[in-house]
Amino acid sequence: MSQKRGKTACRCRQRSAWQVLALCLSILAARWSLAQTPEAEKPVPILSGSIGTFSFVTGGQNLIDSQINPVLLLPLGDRWLIESRAEFEGKFQRPPNGGPYGGPVDKHVDYVQIDYIASPYLTVTAGRFLTPFGIFNERLYPVWIRALQPDPLILPINTAPSDGAMLRGGIPVNAKANMNYAVYVSATSIGVGSVDSERHVGGRLGFFFPGPRLEVGGSWQKALQEERKNAFGFHLVWQAAKVPLSVHSEYARSFEGSGYWIEGAYRLSQSHFWQKAARRTEVAARAQQFYSGEIGPDGGEALGLPGTNTREADFGVNYFLRDGLKGVASYGRQFSSAGNFNQWTYGIAYRFLVPLGRTGAQ
Amino acid sequence: MKTHLHRTSWLAILLCTLALASSVFAGSPSSRKDAAAAGVVTYNTDADNLRLQGEQRFRANCGRCHAAPQKFPTRMMSTVLRHMRVRATITAEDQRLILLYMTQ
Repeated sequence: MSQKRGKTACRCRQRSAWQVLALCLSILAARWSLAQTPEAEKPVPILSGSIGTFSFVTGGQNLIDSQINPVLLLPLGDRWLIESRAEFEGKFQRPPNGGPYGGPVDKHVDYVQIDYIASPYLTVTAGRFLTPFGIFNERLYPVWIRALQPDPLILPINTAPSDGAMLRGGIPVNAKANMNYAVYVSATSIGVGSVDSERHVGGRLGFFFPGPRLEVGGSWQKALQEERKNAFGFHLVWQAAKVPLSVHSEYARSFEGSGYWIEGAYRLSQSHFWQKAARRTEVAARAQQFYSGEIGPDGGEALGLPGTNTREADFGVNYFLRDGLKGVASYGRQFSSAGNFNQWTYGIAYRFLVPLGRTGAQ
Repeated sequence: MKTHLHRTSWLAILLCTLALASSVFAGSPSSRKDAAAAGVVTYNTDADNLRLQGEQRFRANCGRCHAAPQKFPTRMMSTVLRHMRVRATITAEDQRLILLYMTQ
């Protein structure tokens, strides 16, 4: 009897909860419908994304990596945005005994989220989103953006997608500094598609100084399952004022391991020789180090981390053929107790952007 | 399971309420006054100066991660900048000035 009453009370509470939720959404929708953006600036839905095909020759073994990462942007009114990115990635290799290239094609949703720009300083995000731990995962991951195609060794640390909610925004502190922040909770450990998420909370705080063009920040994350481990990281971005040089760096420390990477990319636009080709050329270099954590070699490798302490240096060249299209080539050497080897990479990356509505005159 | 559902429901409500509160706060008279002031700045200040500011903001914010793309129609750039405002946590003012620069 009391169990039945408990069930009824629970249903009532759930029903009233959904009623409150519906009311909130109705009010938000009403406010959205009253929003006034000039017709010429009304955003249109966009299909964007990147396509790339690369050849990774690691220790003499060739891996052809072809991928397409479509991004759908669906703006609603003045304050809402639905955005999603999927990843279709094929990794093809010749079998050891010869024969044609073959291999798995991985398909998954990186993020599908709804954003509500609540105020100039706050955006509320719900759904599956990229975990804002460090900067590479959120900002530098797309193949058309990254200066060197091989992933940093520490990328798998605490960057599993989050399924939950996030608050984030940018705040001008004064004329010399802007602050950006993100706090999030991932409420489920059941993944969507082929990528698992986990229950965790975390945050990232960064300060950008426009004068020296310097951004520094830190990230923190606490797992809400199993051993409830903490993880933290730092990041740095710097752009030189007088030369076209940009520097990115990250440090991360967690149960799975720790490490850092630092990368510089230099556009040869100021070169006095072969100016036509030089202004389309970028050279890049990255140094990185990884230290195994308590998770052990097998657990680390399952996450995509090296099984042992590893050092790596990479050098690369990017040639921008036209807007959004670049040819890439790089050489790297990895050092670890498991063996040293070379890694050559070459390929092509393209970014596309297609409107899904009338854009009007430019 | 029920407790989990219950928690999820309340989490959703809490976030909606927070969003609503922020929305109301953003639409308060003082914010409207700020918006109006911003509008005055937009339309009364020299356009070249604003474009220059937009270029500076573009190089400082967008240039931290990627090279400058070509210019697209205003309505496309408007969507892209809304996406980047969320992704790169740029401020509302930076978004406005960069949109101006990228569409002039």
